Amino acid sequence: MLMHSQSQVPTAPEANTPPILSLDGITKTFPGVKALSEVALNLYPGQVTALVGENGAGKSTVVKILTGIYQPDGGAIRVDGHATQFPTARAASDAGITAIHQETVLFDDLSVAENIFIGHAPRGRFGLIDWAAMERRSNEILKSIGATIDPAQKLRDLGIASKHLVAIARALSIDARVVIMDEPTAALSHKEIQELYELVEKLKAQGKAILFISHKFDEIFHIADRYTVFRDGQFIGEGMIDQVNEGQLVKMMVGRDVDHIFPKRESHIGDEVLKVVGYDHPTEFAEISFDLKRGEILGFYGLVGAGRSEFMQSLFGITRPSKGVVRIDGRVRVIRSPADAVANGIVYVPEDRGKQGAITALPIFQNVTLPSLGKTSKNGFLRLAEEFKLAREYTERLDLRAASLDTNVGNLSGGNQQKVVIAKWLATQPRVIILDEPTKGIDIGSKAAVHEFMAELAAQGLAVIMVSSEIPEILGMSDRAIIMREGRIVAELDGDDLTPETLVRHAAGISQGATT
Amino acid sequence: MTTPANAIPDRLQTPWESRLKSWEALLLLVAIAIFIANSFASPYFLNAWNLSDATFNFTEKAMIAFAMALLIISGEIDLSVAAIIALASTAMGAAVQAGAGTPVLILVGLGTGLLCGAFNGVLVTRMGLPSIVVTIGTMSLFRGISYIVLGDQAYRGYPSDFAFFGQGYVWWVISFEFVLFAIIAVIYFVILHKTNFGRSVYAIGNNPTGALFSGIRVNRVKFILFLLTGLMAGIAAICLTSRLGSTRPSIAFGWELEVVTMVVLGGVNILGGSGTIPGVVIAAFVIGLVTFGLGLLNVPGIVMSIVVGALLIGVIALPRLWSQWRQR
Repeated sequence: MLMHSQSQVPTAPEANTPPILSLDGITKTFPGVKALSEVALNLYPGQVTALVGENGAGKSTVVKILTGIYQPDGGAIRVDGHATQFPTARAASDAGITAIHQETVLFDDLSVAENIFIGHAPRGRFGLIDWAAMERRSNEILKSIGATIDPAQKLRDLGIASKHLVAIARALSIDARVVIMDEPTAALSHKEIQELYELVEKLKAQGKAILFISHKFDEIFHIADRYTVFRDGQFIGEGMIDQVNEGQLVKMMVGRDVDHIFPKRESHIGDEVLKVVGYDHPTEFAEISFDLKRGEILGFYGLVGAGRSEFMQSLFGITRPSKGVVRIDGRVRVIRSPADAVANGIVYVPEDRGKQGAITALPIFQNVTLPSLGKTSKNGFLRLAEEFKLAREYTERLDLRAASLDTNVGNLSGGNQQKVVIAKWLATQPRVIILDEPTKGIDIGSKAAVHEFMAELAAQGLAVIMVSSEIPEILGMSDRAIIMREGRIVAELDGDDLTPETLVRHAAGISQGATT
Repeated sequence: MTTPANAIPDRLQTPWESRLKSWEALLLLVAIAIFIANSFASPYFLNAWNLSDATFNFTEKAMIAFAMALLIISGEIDLSVAAIIALASTAMGAAVQAGAGTPVLILVGLGTGLLCGAFNGVLVTRMGLPSIVVTIGTMSLFRGISYIVLGDQAYRGYPSDFAFFGQGYVWWVISFEFVLFAIIAVIYFVILHKTNFGRSVYAIGNNPTGALFSGIRVNRVKFILFLLTGLMAGIAAICLTSRLGSTRPSIAFGWELEVVTMVVLGGVNILGGSGTIPGVVIAAFVIGLVTFGLGLLNVPGIVMSIVVGALLIGVIALPRLWSQWRQR
């Protein structure tokens, strides 16, 4: 394969310029998950390297290793060819590595100069802050990025775009040689993006190495000189951007065998259960309309921030939509709270298990019976025997592993916690179950169990909505997939149209024409 | 029914095993120790009438403490309870001036408590304000109204049959207040430990977001808890006013902290999520015994509050020191 050969023989057109920074065989493991497995990354002076990969490919883990927040379990970080370590964030910034994040924390009540130099203000005599130097250097940095902002101004008085420039100035206030831009355009308007491009050109001219992380292909092809692709924490390939096209990049991002780990399903799709018409929210989503049938698994794909979870939580009654109608079995239902949603047979397994899904300080059986207390109790009085019975019935169906049913949920592994949350909702005998990133951060074994169980639920006639950012999961489980981008539904795919390429294209907003 | 090989047991410990290792068991030992120490310290301690008198040190506060325990377990707090007593007592005094009889007085007392609780509850659940701020505000507000109405005056002239609530005896040395305290303790025990409502209180206190996402009507539960706390303050106001026979605006001054002390001493986590009614009952007795014992020894009131404070810190620090020592 093309990219395989590229990965073995990295093309280096300017062979005489060695990389400023390189990662070699970096591995990082979290409990139950191998986030990075022997990945490589090279950043060259005066060049922009785009790091591309799906959600969960390991991009943000790499950024955290580069900035000294995580320590790798294995492999080497080399600066100018010398192996080094970044035990702290300070060590990374001392080595000249700086990052511009999507949302840098700034301080509204401090001046622009203070914001730029917070934590490393220039010191004068007696270790006091040298205010004059701070202001002078702030001015220099701001001028170098083409910003006309008075360093003495309070940050509060600046507009959003200027604040963003201050964040960039702050990243550049250390004598940076490597600049990491993690989705820098996510919150920017078209005009601001153009200005950012100009800034990137300036930084390149200064000989800085830039790591550019983005989901937007048009940006990558516009700004990057090189690319590196990660997939599932593994290095897939790297090369010059003018030697690939979008189709090849997409294939590298998603290309893998997807069928064999997913349960074989024969769908028996029945009558319509749920119909959503014109759901609007002032900021998070707009014009969401779709229907869902018995026995169907409907996938919701999109990039992080596409508004999928926000919409699902609105459907579950956590937030109120500004407009929109929900019909269940053809009848209009008003859902003002999760309690209303549960009463109407809609349940939601959230992405954030520890905070939203389970009450980790309470025992398993109490978690399972919490929404079903009306069934297990009599006249409002608890009946523990009934609770244990119900909890046992559903946790056994999910093959939960635990020491006892009165073990606190917090003591279980992520996968088993997820089983408790799912058991909790199945015990209410719902009609529609919404699973938000149901297998995120859980081990392979539990993952397969959750998938199998999902298939079983659909076979029993439950209508399933599965929000997932994992393409194989969407492809392997869904009968139909809805793709959201920037709060709107941009496509609905099924059958042969449902391919990794179409998913990525619609989610990232790439035009139909550019195929391999 | 056949049990699969990997069957999960319901429990690893029997309920009695976990009870023996509990905070309540430790607190009970403390209570017994204080009882024994008192009986050696003063010859007047082991006297039925003296012990009966001693219960008045805690019965009224404990009634509020039960509702407060639920509120604190749910992650909220009500610091306005003593001010509610003042306002309810003032309202009853005004009703007496208007010629009301005992049944009307009871209704006025309970009604004022409920209204104050509802006011707190609306501010916290509807407006989303933090309860500690709201109730510090209403603490000044409620008592302020009493001061405006009464100034340096006092309401007296309560009907003679009204005196029963604070001064009457049901049988021998068993006072009406003590019986009421016991009944309320049982009611709150059942509410917290035996009902769906109590379960949702624990769920909310441990994780309000998780409780909401589990379909619990979090705000409704919290509102009811504020209502209950107000109601208990109203009941305490009736007992206290009846016992004193008069109303001054400074009535029950500073009680909110004594109530919270009782709740925390009873093992309720001040951050919410855990605690039991038996713990609060034992804590009520501990505080009652300590203040009574010190009273018999003629220890001045200010020293008593120092002792109670030291006791609170000591009893709370003890288990932590114990576990640190064992880990070495």
